[in-house]
Amino acid sequence: MLAAPLAAILTYSFLTDGYLEIIRDFTLENYAEAVSDPLYRLVLFRSVMVAAVVTAATVLLAFPVAYFVSFHVAPERKSLWLFLITIPFWTSYLIRVFLWKVILGFNGVVNSTLMGLGIIDEPLTFILYNVNAVVITLAHAYAPFAILPIFVALEKIDRSLLEAGQDLGESKLMTFWRVTLPLAMPGVVAAVLIVFIPTIGDYVTPQLVGGPEGRMIANVIQLQYLRLDNYPLGSALAVLAMVTVTLISLVFLWLNRRFLKVKQ
Amino acid sequence: MKGSGLRIYTLVYLVFLYAPIVLLPLFAFDKGTIIAFPLDGFTLEWFRQLADIPALHGAVKTSLIIAVSTAILSTTLGIFAARASSRYDFPFKGGIMGLIMLPLVLPAIIVAVSLLVVLLGIGIELSSWTVILGHVLICTPFSIAILNSAFLALDRSLEEAAYDLGETRWSTFRLITLPLVMPGIISSLLISFTISLDEFIIAFFLSAAEPTLPVYIWGQLRFPTKIPAIMALGTILVALSILLLAIAEYFRRRGIARTGGKDTGGFL
Amino acid sequence: MIALRDVHKYYGDYHALRGISADIRPGEFFSLLGPSGCGKTTLLRVIAGFEDVNSGSLMIDGRHMEEVAPNKRPTNMVFQSYAIFPHLSVAQNVGFGLRRLPIDEAEKTRRIGEALEMVGLAGFGERAATALSGGQRQRVALARALILKPKVLLLDEPLSALDKKLRENMQVELIKLQRQVGITFILVTHDQEEALVMSDRIAVMFDGGIAQLDDPETLYRRPKTRAVADFIGVMNFLPATVTGEGDGYQIEMPGLGRASLTADQAPGAASGGPASVGLRPETLTVLFEGQRGEREVEALVEEVVYYGDMTYYDMRIEGVDDPITLSMRNVPGRDVLERGAKARLGWSPGALVLFR
Repeated sequence: MLAAPLAAILTYSFLTDGYLEIIRDFTLENYAEAVSDPLYRLVLFRSVMVAAVVTAATVLLAFPVAYFVSFHVAPERKSLWLFLITIPFWTSYLIRVFLWKVILGFNGVVNSTLMGLGIIDEPLTFILYNVNAVVITLAHAYAPFAILPIFVALEKIDRSLLEAGQDLGESKLMTFWRVTLPLAMPGVVAAVLIVFIPTIGDYVTPQLVGGPEGRMIANVIQLQYLRLDNYPLGSALAVLAMVTVTLISLVFLWLNRRFLKVKQ
Repeated sequence: MKGSGLRIYTLVYLVFLYAPIVLLPLFAFDKGTIIAFPLDGFTLEWFRQLADIPALHGAVKTSLIIAVSTAILSTTLGIFAARASSRYDFPFKGGIMGLIMLPLVLPAIIVAVSLLVVLLGIGIELSSWTVILGHVLICTPFSIAILNSAFLALDRSLEEAAYDLGETRWSTFRLITLPLVMPGIISSLLISFTISLDEFIIAFFLSAAEPTLPVYIWGQLRFPTKIPAIMALGTILVALSILLLAIAEYFRRRGIARTGGKDTGGFL
Repeated sequence: MIALRDVHKYYGDYHALRGISADIRPGEFFSLLGPSGCGKTTLLRVIAGFEDVNSGSLMIDGRHMEEVAPNKRPTNMVFQSYAIFPHLSVAQNVGFGLRRLPIDEAEKTRRIGEALEMVGLAGFGERAATALSGGQRQRVALARALILKPKVLLLDEPLSALDKKLRENMQVELIKLQRQVGITFILVTHDQEEALVMSDRIAVMFDGGIAQLDDPETLYRRPKTRAVADFIGVMNFLPATVTGEGDGYQIEMPGLGRASLTADQAPGAASGGPASVGLRPETLTVLFEGQRGEREVEALVEEVVYYGDMTYYDMRIEGVDDPITLSMRNVPGRDVLERGAKARLGWSPGALVLFR
């Protein structure tokens, strides 16, 4: 029975191995090009920024929702609420992104509604085909990813700890700040990573709603591979992206360890 | 009180979450060909159009085949890996498990691109099988995570008891272990199926002549005239997803009732 | 029936069973008693087949069992958690082991009914296994094991999860059941009272070895080592000096003076070394007006603990460092002493046990 998963791992080693092998064939020139070309630097930087903003917004907005379901909903209803929250997630991602394009477009829902209500005279142009659109769409798409880990962490908190805090004279706010929040931190950290990592490598959203200004690293990689047939450069960019993501994640985890010192 | 403030916030949040999806049926039944307000009138034309597109049907079939294969393969791998991981301690366990779970933290495009490079390097041609391979790679970690908790919840002495009463290892697995982790297995199948069905980027990179449904949709999005039909398609997909999820939830609850456990809410 | 010869078992570097040798007789109620970590559950699992041995032999009914898998041994086990299959009904649980037997459905149903009746659960067949109380689950586990008519029934701390009243009832029921079925029962427990009540013979284990294997009365009255004496019941220990040896022992004790002991009062191989004596609380008596004891000594009541049917006193005897515990049955007409009262105690040298 062990053989099967081991076979899966062998496939893996092929993956990373073969990957590096092909990279090795082509020299470090590609890396040099990837790093030095200002276009790529810009795109990578933008990807990181977008992912960071999306992550921050998503996690911050998600926390109250997770808190609500964990603390203010009767246990029998919790799975119902979670169900409702995750339904949007199970529908086609492509179509959801396309719908945002529809909503934010020149003749789209937002504009036609606002114009119809007389709030604006001209359609808004700053909401589509740029970074803003990317941020909004991604925040929407990854919301449930953020809610679930935080919810799980909050559920695990022993309620009697909170009661003990209050029994010892703390106000509700202080209890939240000194007990609930630190104990929920593992969930928040998980949420941050679960949102940040896929977001930075997202292809569909920037492609559909990002326009030329909103392109992110995945779009550039795809360009090299499938349009320009420049596999080496594409691979170099991919590796660069992966390294960046890993570095940022590690830094984030390390910072958490240092400043929070919460035992898991 | 604090509760009601949070409740209002959560409801507003839900509205935000559902906004695009609610628009879907609106425009699917709308006569107008441009996706904008005001609405034009009711029609089933777009749904009817769907029935006439052979390319669409082909893509649906491809997607289903791939999704079912992925679900079965990744769940099977998941069963073996989770059982091994929860019952035994083998050398390098931490490292191996970490490696298997790696796709969870990689952006999909990295997986897609790596696989592409490796496969071309080995000389394998792109086909539905390569897509299945990619999907299995990203679905197996989910499968393992779900099944791991299912196996851990299983009292080890249940298997020992069956063994003591005369069963063989295999029949113990079949009669005792499998039925008791069945809710986890079903969960894993459904989640892998759903992930595979909706997965775009890996399919985009690794498929050849037969596109999956998302890849097909992607191709159609640039044609304004095809859009309303896509709206109709989207509506159907949403309805199906909700149905599937409701069924999954029903089975999950039944599973818990049968084994006398407690409902902790959700697939977690 | 069961013969263990010099069984050793290691978990990595940890020596879990150190040279276990014992014979368990057919039809006896045998207990493995000891504190947590002494190896008793490991030994039980070795007999069941869930653990291998590193060296030594295990024979059941004259056949070697070291290579035999658990599902092929003539043993069946009742697990500590009962291990009732939650997705099956009571009848399906009880009849689980019958699956592989060449008997027809009608016969299976009959046997299941019989088994359920034997454990007092007649009529429970169709219930879901998850709808049972702790005590009921245990009976299902018993029925499930016994229906296969094993030669040996192994029980791993079966009563530890039950509350006191239920536990006491089940102890009696288990004894009756064992007599009725007539097979060997091997029970693992850390509760010495339980072992004393139920067993024909007990193996007291410490640190992977058997310290003493005897029937309950011998274990209680003639423990071989201080550790065994201390584990079973309550025992007072006093330092002693051996002043003479021969057929018996001459000893001298602080506070109580001299005494002459017979050889069987020193059951542990009494070689040289620092000696101590043990005295059970019930072998001391408080002497009231006009009563005489074989030997007498003055004491001061330090502590009184009233149990309803018994009273335990802690007595201070001059010359003895620690208080001596004494127990008296509460009889109508006899007063319970108060703290600080003076008392005259009676004791008998024949009740002492010598340890070295």
